[in-house]
Amino acid sequence: MNILVCISAVPDTTTKITFTENNTKFNTEGVQFIINPYDELALTKALLLTEAHGGEVHIVTVGVASVEPIIRKSLAIGASKAFRIDIEPNDGMEVAREVAALVDGKDYQLIMTGRESIDYNGGQVAPILSELTNRSLANIVTEMDIVDDKLVATRDIDGGKEKISCSLPAVVSAQKGLCEPRIPNMRGIMQARMKPLEVIAASNSNNSTSFQSYELPAAKGDVKLIDASEAETLIDFLRDEQKLI
Amino acid sequence: MVLVFAEKDGDNFKKSSYEAISYGRDLADKMGTTCAAVAIGSDNGAADLGKYGAQTVYVHSGHSSEFEAGEFSQAISEAIDASGAHTVIFSGSYTGKILAPKVAVKKNASLVTGVVDMASTENGVSVRKTCFSNKAFTQVQLNNDFKVISIVPNSYEIKEVGGNAEVSALSSDLSSHKQTESIEVDKVVGKIPLTEAELVVSAGRGLKGPENWGMIDELADLLGAATACSKPVSDMDWRPHSEHVGQTGITIKPNLYIAIGISGAIQHLAGVGGSKVICVINTDPEAPFFKAADYGIVGDAFEVIPKLIKRVQELRS
Repeated sequence: MNILVCISAVPDTTTKITFTENNTKFNTEGVQFIINPYDELALTKALLLTEAHGGEVHIVTVGVASVEPIIRKSLAIGASKAFRIDIEPNDGMEVAREVAALVDGKDYQLIMTGRESIDYNGGQVAPILSELTNRSLANIVTEMDIVDDKLVATRDIDGGKEKISCSLPAVVSAQKGLCEPRIPNMRGIMQARMKPLEVIAASNSNNSTSFQSYELPAAKGDVKLIDASEAETLIDFLRDEQKLI
Repeated sequence: MVLVFAEKDGDNFKKSSYEAISYGRDLADKMGTTCAAVAIGSDNGAADLGKYGAQTVYVHSGHSSEFEAGEFSQAISEAIDASGAHTVIFSGSYTGKILAPKVAVKKNASLVTGVVDMASTENGVSVRKTCFSNKAFTQVQLNNDFKVISIVPNSYEIKEVGGNAEVSALSSDLSSHKQTESIEVDKVVGKIPLTEAELVVSAGRGLKGPENWGMIDELADLLGAATACSKPVSDMDWRPHSEHVGQTGITIKPNLYIAIGISGAIQHLAGVGGSKVICVINTDPEAPFFKAADYGIVGDAFEVIPKLIKRVQELRS
């Protein structure tokens, strides 16, 4: 069973977000890029599944050459082959269309992604891929396994969880709790340099959306401090000033 | 025509559906068109959606109200064709997170998820969405003729404007679109789902141990609030992962967020920064959370929380 994992390069979680060109571009200067944390879970789970059931894990990143350190790190974690689709993607729709074109005619039994990227937070790629490739979808999952050639997964729903099953091939998006991310070891890092990385031209371009401008949230006013000895007045403020309770 | 997916929880429409219809109606106004809704399952309560501005409610009876991704997206697609809609609104619930992208593919639409404000209709249609895990916003234009917009729950005001909607029945065999089998649903009953809660009481490591959550639950119950927790607390299994709010947990946007014994790391703020009013209770006056707070109490949770509980009880009696 071969698995394709979609990997996105995102700014480190501690990054201070700033913009350039009159707030129309994200300022990448000095920004440390990492594997999207949810994608890292998808990759680790894919490796655990192939270790149990056989097969290979391949990864794909839609991005320009600057994302290659992230690809090498994914190979160091354990993927055996990487694809880079050579385009700066405009949005989740474009990423998913490129990945769908890549998997066309290939025998991946699972395509895995993170539940969302932590930069644009779209959460779009997995559901779009399921629709484009006519595969069933297990979205935002915290448990999964292959049982009798079927995918059994537990997904988050509003206020709880749902256990579902579907036939393969399928698309799965990983949520925190699915597994602990695997950290590359020295042997993995050495091997990663020799593993195949295939660069593919983009199949189509898509500009169904345009990101016009960015802004930071308005700064909060000063905090109103309440002395701990009269903490109960907080309730009165919330009732009288804010009309919340 | 703007079409809104009206999601049900069991036999009743969800509050987030009223919010999405209010959004759809206001957007339809700006576009100079009308608003309709689509529901799946029985037509119970469908006419009442007129109250929020849906002129027509298409009810597809080809499936029960129990969610199935393939059948639901097909039913919505058929309602789009029946209504002639060019714009579809979803609430970004776990169901909407699946349906909005799938419907966008079916209709070759521009898709924007995570929207937090009414769209601008000057020079085309554009919407504001959160990005960088709530550390920033971006304005995104939807270039295609067909548009799909998914809004963050609790980001738009529910408005009652009208009377009854006309109900239009749709029916077809959806079974060939079925993709997944539901084995088991495990839902917390009697508790307010965190993503829909208007008030949230949240606690962190400052509580010192899971045995001390009684007062958090008590305060939340009194206020009618949902409970949440920080990442370390869910990592140590003091509280279930489903309560973890933050960058790698759930993102929430309540009207009131009370943070108790949580320092306010940047990753935590990413999940709760959109809250309208933030109250922070922490023993450390240097805790970064105070910078993001509207109200702050520097003090020990074990002294402060009983005082809050007592005051709410006084006001309620």
